[in-house]
Amino acid sequence: MQEHDLSYVRMEMINAQTAPERDRGVVRWLRTNLFATPIDTVLTLLAILLLAYTLPNFLRWAFVDSVWTGANREVCATVSQGGIQPDGWSGACWAFVNAKFAQFMYGRYPVFERWRVDYTAIAFVVLLVPLLIPRIPFKAINAALFFLVFPIAAYFLLVGGHFGLRYVPTSLWGGLLVTMVLSFVAIVISLPMGILLALGRRSKLPVIKMISVIIIETVRGVPLVSVLFMASVMLPLFLPAGMTFDRFLRALVGLSIFASAYMAEVVRGGLQAIPKGQYEGASSLGLGYWQSMRLIVLPQALKLVIPGIVNTFIGLFKDTSLVYIIGMFDLLGIVRQNFADASWASPQTPMSGLIFAGFVFWMFCFGMSRYSIFMERRLDTGHKK
Amino acid sequence: MNKLLVGILGGAVMALGVSAASAQTLNDVKSAGSVKCGVHTGLAGFAAPNDAGEWAGFDADFCRAVAAAVFGDGEAVTFVPTNATERFTALQSGEIDLLSRNTTWTLSRDTTLGLTFAGVNYYDGQGFMINSTALPDINSALQLSGAAVCVQSGTTTELNLADYFAANNMEYNPVVFQGFEETNAAYEAGRCDAYTTDASGLYALRLTLANPDEHVVLPEIISKEPLGPAVRQGDDQWFNVVKWSLYAMIQAEELGVTQDNLEEMLNSENPEIRRILGQEDDSTIGEGLGLENDWVVNIIREVGNYGEVFDRNIGAGSPLAIARGLNALWTDGGLQYAMPIR
Repeated sequence: MQEHDLSYVRMEMINAQTAPERDRGVVRWLRTNLFATPIDTVLTLLAILLLAYTLPNFLRWAFVDSVWTGANREVCATVSQGGIQPDGWSGACWAFVNAKFAQFMYGRYPVFERWRVDYTAIAFVVLLVPLLIPRIPFKAINAALFFLVFPIAAYFLLVGGHFGLRYVPTSLWGGLLVTMVLSFVAIVISLPMGILLALGRRSKLPVIKMISVIIIETVRGVPLVSVLFMASVMLPLFLPAGMTFDRFLRALVGLSIFASAYMAEVVRGGLQAIPKGQYEGASSLGLGYWQSMRLIVLPQALKLVIPGIVNTFIGLFKDTSLVYIIGMFDLLGIVRQNFADASWASPQTPMSGLIFAGFVFWMFCFGMSRYSIFMERRLDTGHKK
Repeated sequence: MNKLLVGILGGAVMALGVSAASAQTLNDVKSAGSVKCGVHTGLAGFAAPNDAGEWAGFDADFCRAVAAAVFGDGEAVTFVPTNATERFTALQSGEIDLLSRNTTWTLSRDTTLGLTFAGVNYYDGQGFMINSTALPDINSALQLSGAAVCVQSGTTTELNLADYFAANNMEYNPVVFQGFEETNAAYEAGRCDAYTTDASGLYALRLTLANPDEHVVLPEIISKEPLGPAVRQGDDQWFNVVKWSLYAMIQAEELGVTQDNLEEMLNSENPEIRRILGQEDDSTIGEGLGLENDWVVNIIREVGNYGEVFDRNIGAGSPLAIARGLNALWTDGGLQYAMPIR
């Protein structure tokens, strides 16, 4: 190679130059995201104006002028409202949330038994987190512990009445505890039930198909509110005197059946998106119905409908608030119930309480949604256009 | 819709008849170890959770009084929060033994719903509140012709409002909301000229207004709302226990027996005081009720007399600061009058 003198050919690459100022860093991000077209520019400016108009007031209300501690409504009311703040004052009453915080978390669960709720929550997190992180091994044991052992242990720990633990009736439960238990149970039951109902609806066996269709369509055709209402107002009249079902159990059953029916339709959507060739391919390999479903069809179908499944979960998580209809108080219910405490009633109390409840709900729903996006990306193995 | 439902439920309850009512409530309560008491899901001053998460309020304390009479322990109560529609079925089906939930005593409820009212522990009435800066010239509800009135739907309040305006040949424009909070918010935002609800509710509303001094309650009270505890029909023994628990609280106030002076009152020479506290040598005041002879002592020790309970929860000693008014003792010009305990 040396004998050819190709001096006009560069022997080494020119060092890469940095992109022009307008095509990198903050400037580029601003140009592509906020000011790409004239319409974008106008919208961005409008949004900035809107934020400038509302955000300072909100931040001032929520953090600067707010009250964080206090014994009763006087700290959150102005002089003319019977409190200690100067007239014209307006700020968030976090003191209300602070004073009621334990109640928002546990409801009326007896104070000296609350360690049981804490332990349940710790076990929940300790088992759930490794399950969610793909790199951590022993998934099978972990899942068995989480879905089989944990619910049973949690039942004995929370309800009590055995092993020397005091019995705590569900009527004393409330707040985030109720929200979490209801949504956990409904989620854990609704996914397998939904899959079974979806498979049943697509089954070639007429009886199974009919039963599935009837369950799904009946449940989806009735509002959850009316079912809960019937269960709490009408059901006791048809039962012998003195015989009552636990209200919490009523809510649990109602919510689980509802979530299962909606889940069935989400899963069915995924099943329909799988090309016929996949089913035929599975058959030609000699796989039976359950094998082909388990190994070929469901893994693809469920992956497709992750957004739909998580959507149902999030809807379910928020639907738990409807249990106020049967006299149970989830997080939102117990916050609203405490507005009736005359020693905290003030113009600022309702807004502060609702913002707190909204924030807690948002944290959980946002967490679920981010995890579903992570899962979608991870499982995205070939369908991307 | 609520009226229709109540009708249907009433019919269903009638069909089931009194068979559902156990005549053994007192024994059932004693063996269960607590009184199952239906209260409001959250009404300022009457039943609401306090900071510790315990039920507090005027109605909740009445539950405690009955528990004290039966067990000598005011905390032997299982509180069951009930909403407006399910409260009667809860009582009928045995889910609760006692309904202490600001329930108005009316003919139809007393006769067709299979329940019996054991007395009146709070005389309420419907009133109007207006913003006096927006409507400076109005000082009577009779001047409200043509006004937009904020009212909660599905309540007797809404019906009373219609009756009142029709009876006085006045026009009005109802602005109807489902819940207390929405109604309050609409009134505060100026969407209606006047707000109507029970007078006790108007006091609770004042606590949440930004400028309470601008708002005045008009003098007219347009309805009678006698609120009282109710029990199942057909169990006279339990009915008596609840009824006389209420009378004992009122009688104790009349005699000046309070939580604080209970110990000295036990040694009082006054024969009437000695009698209700069961201090007579051959006392039998608990016998007819199936209770111990110190049942009144227990009530006073655990919750106090009627006046103390009123003052602590809704009266001058509470943020609501409701005046005694009709609920003063008959000796003070009110309506609270206890039958003699002897």
